[in-house]
Amino acid sequence: MLSVTDLQKTYPSGDEALKGVSIDVTGSETVAMIGPSGAGKSTFIRCVNRLTEPSGGSVELDGVEVTALSSDDLREARRDMGMIFQEYNLVERLTVMENVLSGRLGYVSTWQAFRRNFPPEDVERAYEVLDRVGLADHENNRADELSGGQRQRVGIARAILQRPKILLVDEPTSSLDPETSKAVMDLLTEIAAEDDIPVLINIHEVDLAQEYAERIVGLRDGELVFEGTPDDLDETAKGQIYRGEEIPDVTTGAQQSATTDGDATEGATEEGEIRRG
Amino acid sequence: MTDYRTWERRTPRQRLVRFTLGLLTIVVAVVAWTLLDVNYSYLTSSPEEFMDLFNRMYPPNMTYSGEILSPLIETVHIAVLGTALAIVLSVPVALLGAANTTPNRASFLLGKFIISASRSVNVIIWALVFVIIFGSGALAGVLAIGLRSIGFCSKLIAEAIEEIDPGQVEAVKATGANSLESAIYAIMPQIKPAIVGVSTYRWDINVRSSTIIGFVGAGGIGVELNTAINTFQWQNVLTILIAILALVVFSEVVSAYLRRKVR
Repeated sequence: MLSVTDLQKTYPSGDEALKGVSIDVTGSETVAMIGPSGAGKSTFIRCVNRLTEPSGGSVELDGVEVTALSSDDLREARRDMGMIFQEYNLVERLTVMENVLSGRLGYVSTWQAFRRNFPPEDVERAYEVLDRVGLADHENNRADELSGGQRQRVGIARAILQRPKILLVDEPTSSLDPETSKAVMDLLTEIAAEDDIPVLINIHEVDLAQEYAERIVGLRDGELVFEGTPDDLDETAKGQIYRGEEIPDVTTGAQQSATTDGDATEGATEEGEIRRG
Repeated sequence: MTDYRTWERRTPRQRLVRFTLGLLTIVVAVVAWTLLDVNYSYLTSSPEEFMDLFNRMYPPNMTYSGEILSPLIETVHIAVLGTALAIVLSVPVALLGAANTTPNRASFLLGKFIISASRSVNVIIWALVFVIIFGSGALAGVLAIGLRSIGFCSKLIAEAIEEIDPGQVEAVKATGANSLESAIYAIMPQIKPAIVGVSTYRWDINVRSSTIIGFVGAGGIGVELNTAINTFQWQNVLTILIAILALVVFSEVVSAYLRRKVR
């Protein structure tokens, strides 16, 4: 389970990207983080595996305090966090197989990495995962020969090969067309469900978030302003997340009564919690 | 009456600076010219001297061409080995000298220092030094060519490293790879075209350098050329010059072809 507490990031420019964000991702749930551009979504994801160094707060993965680790221990912790990127970030001049196997780099020696000599079970599993993401027989293609959708499938395969305890997904569909986006999201959520891996996903397409996530959190100006089920995300909540609108008192009142006890009619706000920004 | 707006490309201050700089350039050129004290009488006799030299050189001594084949091949070997040595040493130096891969400020300065030191000394001086240390012959030549090339190769490879896509390196690091593994896996593939391009280009330059280092005893065709000149065998000199021209054209063609091939 991933437990993020009061995560803060202030860039050297004085830009406060995260002003104390706390989120838990448990079991094998899919949590979508939505919010306008510049809200700090990418910074948040990147602070979790410390590709960006957080300025304060803590990140804990299965009891390991990631924020306190030395660089050697951080490498070990990163093996448990699979990351999928907006621009795929495949090594373009390497083959598909090399890219997928790079998910095992944390487990092999540097010399083995240099000779591309991965254990047979890793290679076997890479073939299986490639088959699973629909790229069988593409193992010897160079990554730069693939289409955007295919590249993101390689990205997914690389992350899955790590056998991660969580998938961190940063805007996986922003570079893809709507059809391909849905296919990639289907694949991502199916694989995560099969392998029982929780997913924390940054996404700016609200409809995709509502369709695929079990829980949605809304980030605005580096602060968490919404947390709830996809059904809780109504126009008011969207207004709050995307336009910084104040929530009418009536809604807040209804909200508070609904949190104590939820039935079918009040399902829309059940467990929903809208925080003021 | 209309008050026209005025526009000037430069401010008076900028004009003054430009004028002063222009004047300074002319002064430096004139001072250099006067201090050199060139003897112009040689200029008038030069056409005669040229024809005289040409008459002594022509026709080239074709029977001699068999003899220079092996020093020519040695010249190419010196260039190949020198370039190989330079490339092997350049990659680590480039990693130090590239702002995005160097571990700290001190290592960055070390990288920059090696690059400048290697580039600031002419190949002939490197050759002289190594002839003194290792004796005359091809070994001194290989080392001179190699050390002189490190700066050039490292600088260009470091520039290529600074231009790589950091996202690819980041993704490899995010899997838990160590720095060396991410260099091998994510940086090397991205700079491979630059390495091939730089090494063939440098090899081409080194073939030309290898033809002259023989003058100070560092092997290759330059030794033959030096001997021929010192013994006034002008027909042999012309033969060697033609052979060098052919060799240089050949290396340029090969280098251009290889650089086009690599993407």
